[in-house]
Amino acid sequence: MDATDNSPEVKAFWEALADGRFLVRRCTDCSRAHWYPRGVCPFCFSGGTEWVDGSGRGTIYSYSVMRRVQTPYAIAYVTLEEGPTMMTNIVDCSFDDLRIGQAVRLSIQKRADGLSLPMFTPA
Amino acid sequence: MTIKNKAYIAGAFEHPTRHAPDKSVAQLHAEVARGALEDAGLTKNDIDGYFCGGDAPGTGPLSMVDYMNLKVRHVDSTNIGGSSYIAHVAHAAEAIAAGKCNVALITLAGRPRSEGTAGGVPPRTDNPVQPDFAWEQPFGLATVNAYGLCAMRHMHEFGTTAEQFAWVKVAASHHAQHNPNAVLRDLVTVEQVVKSPMISDPIHRLDCCVISDGGGALIVARPEIAKNLKRPLVKVIGAGEAPKHQMGGNVDLTYSAAVWSGPTAFAEAGIKPADVKYVSVYDSFTVTVVIQLEDLGFCAKGKGGPFVADGNLISGQGKLPFNTDGGGLCNNHPAHRGGMTKVIEAVRQLRGEAHPAVQVKNCDIALAHGTGGLLGTRHGAATLILERE
Ligand SMILES: [Zn+2]
Repeated sequence: MDATDNSPEVKAFWEALADGRFLVRRCTDCSRAHWYPRGVCPFCFSGGTEWVDGSGRGTIYSYSVMRRVQTPYAIAYVTLEEGPTMMTNIVDCSFDDLRIGQAVRLSIQKRADGLSLPMFTPA
Repeated sequence: MTIKNKAYIAGAFEHPTRHAPDKSVAQLHAEVARGALEDAGLTKNDIDGYFCGGDAPGTGPLSMVDYMNLKVRHVDSTNIGGSSYIAHVAHAAEAIAAGKCNVALITLAGRPRSEGTAGGVPPRTDNPVQPDFAWEQPFGLATVNAYGLCAMRHMHEFGTTAEQFAWVKVAASHHAQHNPNAVLRDLVTVEQVVKSPMISDPIHRLDCCVISDGGGALIVARPEIAKNLKRPLVKVIGAGEAPKHQMGGNVDLTYSAAVWSGPTAFAEAGIKPADVKYVSVYDSFTVTVVIQLEDLGFCAKGKGGPFVADGNLISGQGKLPFNTDGGGLCNNHPAHRGGMTKVIEAVRQLRGEAHPAVQVKNCDIALAHGTGGLLGTRHGAATLILERE
């Protein structure tokens, strides 16, 4: 089973990402954006949430470079300009130059199997 | 209703094996159950409550009560990862206080070493149906980098150093040298820890716990029953539990759910952190210990690095002796779940049955605390406070 076809709730996110658009889920009642996207607002429990276009801008909250694997990679939490913090990878960068607080921008990366993923790169 | 004074840990047993290629997981569960019953001086027919976590093969407790042929009237398979067994002690005390059972058996066992199942480095293969899966698994979330994220943030916010984290391993190794069953028995230095290979920044190989087969079991009994047994009396006086997660995207990795489970347990027990003579605290990685000790109130938030440095966790040397069996960092981490062994070593300390080289003098109050799941994503904390009577 693919990581992303587990739920009709978030199908629109993955389809938009494949088209180059990064969506963020926001509550139509309390107006707050959350992560990961849900049909029920995790703050006010409203059933009214909607997709909005994300800016793709954020800052690194924390990161860790996995070294003991064939291809090292940087996992990170990035705090989006819209508010919530999401797990992602930082790509196209020198891992040793990464730092917490660094500005990053969205970089949609296509995996070998064709799946597009929301990753980030230094801004 | 409080569980204070309502139940005793009457039996405790840690399987001596650390590598069990010739045994089944169910068999290990039964062997530790036998060991704990023998330790308590009770028999299988005395058990009327059974508790297990996600390591028990089968649906919740069903296959294990069948395998052991138990006739029980109360079961609980709360699964919050490696801290489950600490929570089970509290749940058993609750069940006893409510009259649902008299003698509860809690078991844990697993064979990750023999089965070659994932350690901390390969990406986790959690259930794709869980709602968080698609937002973490594709990015290579493993166990070690989930804790690496926490350690990096702790260093950034509080100036904690790799050397300070390393002291946790050094202290564990001081204790493990006296444990003949420990996986790692050699003393290590701060320099050896920080010069061991970097696994996932800033976690070195020696910042990690061991991978071992094995298990453990506990018997929790009603006071009238415990007092008729021949073992020293170890009483449950307080407990707390709490989950913590990403809070809708308000991620804060600087603290754990111990900030909630700890105060609940201390309030129920009616004691303060300064009253605790010995702590068993979950040590999946060195950073786990630092964050939990802060959250439990043994030092201020952000001061965990200086607190654990310079041997402060070494029995007979520092102010707060911890994990005197060598912990998960050096001794044993059966089934990748360290909560059971935390309670067992706390019981040894309160009974005065720890190794003489690490036995804490006048050990009358001990605390066991665990973090199950992943500190960096979502986890379940459980705190248990025990008193020697
Ligand atoms: Zn809302």
